[in-house]
Amino acid sequence: MKRIVIANMSDITEKRSRVVHIGSLEIALFKLSTGEIRAIENSCPHKAGKLSEGIVCDHHVYCPLHDWKINLDDGLVQSPDEGCVTTYRVEVDQKNGDISIDVEEKLLVF
Amino acid sequence: MAKKKLVLVGNGMAGVRCIEDILKLAPDKYEITIFGSELHPNYNRISLSSVLAGDADMKDIILNDWDWYNENHITLYSGQTVDKIDPVKKWVRSSSGLVVSYDELILATGSLPFMLPLPGANKEGVIAFRDIKDCQTMVETSKKYKKAIVIGGGLLGIEAARGLLNLNMDVSVVHIFSHLMERQLDPTAAHMLQQELENQGMKFLLEKNTKAILGKKRVTSLEFTDGSTVEADLVVMAVGIKPNVALAKDCGIEVNRGIVVNDYLETSDPHVYAVGECAEHRGTVYGLVAPLYEQGNVLAKRLAGVETEGYQGSVLATKLKVSGVNVFSAGQFMDAPGTKVVRVQDDFDGIYKKIVMKNGKIIGSVLFGDTTEGSELFSMIRKQEDVSGREREILLPAGTGTAKSGVDRVAAMPMDEIICGCNGVTKETIIQAIKEKGCTSVQDVKACTKASGSCGGCKPLVVDLLTYVLGAEGVQTEKEGICGCTSLSHSEVVDAIRRMELTTTKEVMNVLEWSQSEGCSKCRPALNYYLGMVWPKEHVEERESRFVNERNHANIQKDGTYSVVPRIYGGVTTPGDLKKIADVAVKYNVPMVKFTGGQRIDLFGVKKEDLPKVWEELDMPSGYAYGKALRTVKTCVGSTWCRFGTQDSMKMGIELEKKLERLNTPAKIKLAVSGCPRNCSEATVKDLGVVAIDGGWEIYVGGNGGTDVRTADLLVKVKTEEEVMEWTQSYFQYYRETANYNERTSKWVERIGLETIQKELEQKENRMALVERIENVLSLMEDPWKEIIENNELRKTFEPLSYLNLVGTAE
Repeated sequence: MKRIVIANMSDITEKRSRVVHIGSLEIALFKLSTGEIRAIENSCPHKAGKLSEGIVCDHHVYCPLHDWKINLDDGLVQSPDEGCVTTYRVEVDQKNGDISIDVEEKLLVF
Repeated sequence: MAKKKLVLVGNGMAGVRCIEDILKLAPDKYEITIFGSELHPNYNRISLSSVLAGDADMKDIILNDWDWYNENHITLYSGQTVDKIDPVKKWVRSSSGLVVSYDELILATGSLPFMLPLPGANKEGVIAFRDIKDCQTMVETSKKYKKAIVIGGGLLGIEAARGLLNLNMDVSVVHIFSHLMERQLDPTAAHMLQQELENQGMKFLLEKNTKAILGKKRVTSLEFTDGSTVEADLVVMAVGIKPNVALAKDCGIEVNRGIVVNDYLETSDPHVYAVGECAEHRGTVYGLVAPLYEQGNVLAKRLAGVETEGYQGSVLATKLKVSGVNVFSAGQFMDAPGTKVVRVQDDFDGIYKKIVMKNGKIIGSVLFGDTTEGSELFSMIRKQEDVSGREREILLPAGTGTAKSGVDRVAAMPMDEIICGCNGVTKETIIQAIKEKGCTSVQDVKACTKASGSCGGCKPLVVDLLTYVLGAEGVQTEKEGICGCTSLSHSEVVDAIRRMELTTTKEVMNVLEWSQSEGCSKCRPALNYYLGMVWPKEHVEERESRFVNERNHANIQKDGTYSVVPRIYGGVTTPGDLKKIADVAVKYNVPMVKFTGGQRIDLFGVKKEDLPKVWEELDMPSGYAYGKALRTVKTCVGSTWCRFGTQDSMKMGIELEKKLERLNTPAKIKLAVSGCPRNCSEATVKDLGVVAIDGGWEIYVGGNGGTDVRTADLLVKVKTEEEVMEWTQSYFQYYRETANYNERTSKWVERIGLETIQKELEQKENRMALVERIENVLSLMEDPWKEIIENNELRKTFEPLSYLNLVGTAE
């Protein structure tokens, strides 16, 4: 596993999201109203909607295509829908605000 | 904390519903034990007549199957009747000697059929109609015998008789009164019912009082007080029920006709409660399911420690369903001094409808043959709604004629028919949700299945399905809040924003106690709109509360790309603009260019990061094809070219579009201007349509050509273009201020009434005040594409993050 810096806290506004491409992977980074950062795969399990474009409420995001509700903490789709998206653990450098995640090396083909 | 022991005596509808409510409110509070005399899980007793009538199987009417008890860790002793309670030591004992102790005890012992104490009532072949066993007896009897007599011409008796008819028996109903169902029907409706049932083969012996049941071991005939007799192989007594209070009475709990309870369903013993048909509340014993469920709910709250106002008693409504006949009855349905009646009678179609009014309110109703309005009427009766002035409309809605009722329509649909086209939810799925998951309202069904969760167009069908499964009295009509986060309605929220001067969504949700602190995808955009509408200057636009399309000012497509529609005023363009659009499409490899229905051009498949560049190069204003805002003003060519044209419709359309562009509205608005009454721009299916006539203009409003097809209503006829502008502006500002978020004008006009709108806009000074407010809003709006192009911070958010730095190897 490799740790990479993918963004800075200043890149994202509260209750909004930015997208990062790492190789073939597309990750949506969210900043919650608490200032915490969450990272999930940017694809809804329903019809691959861009979750980065959804409305963020607490630690949930609503998919912009068909309003599926997804928990950003564990990636679980909330009922009555079912499914799960991959979540990624993020680290925030308290000094400079850099946001980093751990990814498998094979993904790091730049 | 150790769980408290809760014991329920009676495994029927009222008691088990109460347990379900407790499990929802306080799932871990109690260790639950249930005793039931019958060897079945909880079933829908009301539907027994359907089983008998052959319309349903036993398994169809099970409400809670065995698994439900297991999954909820409930100990069920079925086939065990509790015969003793010790309220001091707090235990109950069953007939087989099983003793179970309790902390809290619920009695839901239901009722017993009232058996007339006639000579011979104990003979073989004399039964009641109360449980599955009785149904089985009837089925068995029908195989060997022919003649059945039902004593009692009430609801239960008729349902039993109909079932016996289905079993090919020769059935006569004996009734002491001159007309059937005298507790629910007036003589006219009762007579129609009798006629219908006679057509189905049922016979009636009215005003007959049974004196004795004759026969040796088994019944052979009935003798009446007038000396006449009738042959009988089977006698079903359906004259009424009496609360089953013996158990409570034996252990010293206060009993009157039923077990006496207070508003919290508490009996005279502090740890013993009673719900359902066995309970007597404020002198009334209820026998219908809705009040019993209301009681169960109050008791559940009490036991779960949730605050409740207590049970306040219920208004009754009955729906009888014997094959082919619908009957509804509620409240005080008989004419009486001081009441006024609206009556509709149609002997050809066998329809009779009556509402009884007192002081402008509906106090009772009888419907026969068509019970479409039943639920609505019942809710009006309960709410004591003042309906003065529209008494007739309730029973005679425009244009319904003799259409089949909605409930009949959904009943006739095949199970796999799609009810909710947006989410692909079938009739079967919804019925399952109602039967198995206990959904009793549109909201419930939406939460369980998503049906009606998107466009909402199928809501009436969902209501019909709920009514079909649960009966009118079983359907909960909830106040439609903005969303699940609050029970407040749209107008209540807007009032609060004005009154308390709330300025941010966060503040609104805090002060109005939203159940989810940051709301949901439904309420956040709504609040953002309302705040902007009430405080156009002060409100700071919350981009994070906007739906993606309104945030990115383009229409998101299913693959995550966007479509771009530049503004083309009145659908009139130039070769220069067309060239520009073509150049941009070529440069950015736009995979599809399509004409929209609103006379503009749509570029599909644009990547998000290309949007600002595309806009910049188009150098045209946003067409707002993505927003709850002014979309297009469609025009015909009018007097400029057309030989029929009476006015310059293109000019009028372009002026309207220039005036109203960028206006945020509760839902999208589409306009059209036609140059003559031939109406080629289809102005009468637009939110506002202007039709030129010789020497003036007609303004039509509330039209829709989409999900809710509706012909527009004529708002006003005016003479000049200035007047068209003034009326249009004031009309839309009034819409902005009074419509619910997401409510199209077609729905809004229906809801508040054309007359209300006309009255509001009638006075010149009212119109001018509205115009002033809309001008104020419009003066604050900027072109969003330009804003994003020129604002680096905003523009940046359209691009993905690109820098990646390797910082080391993680463990």
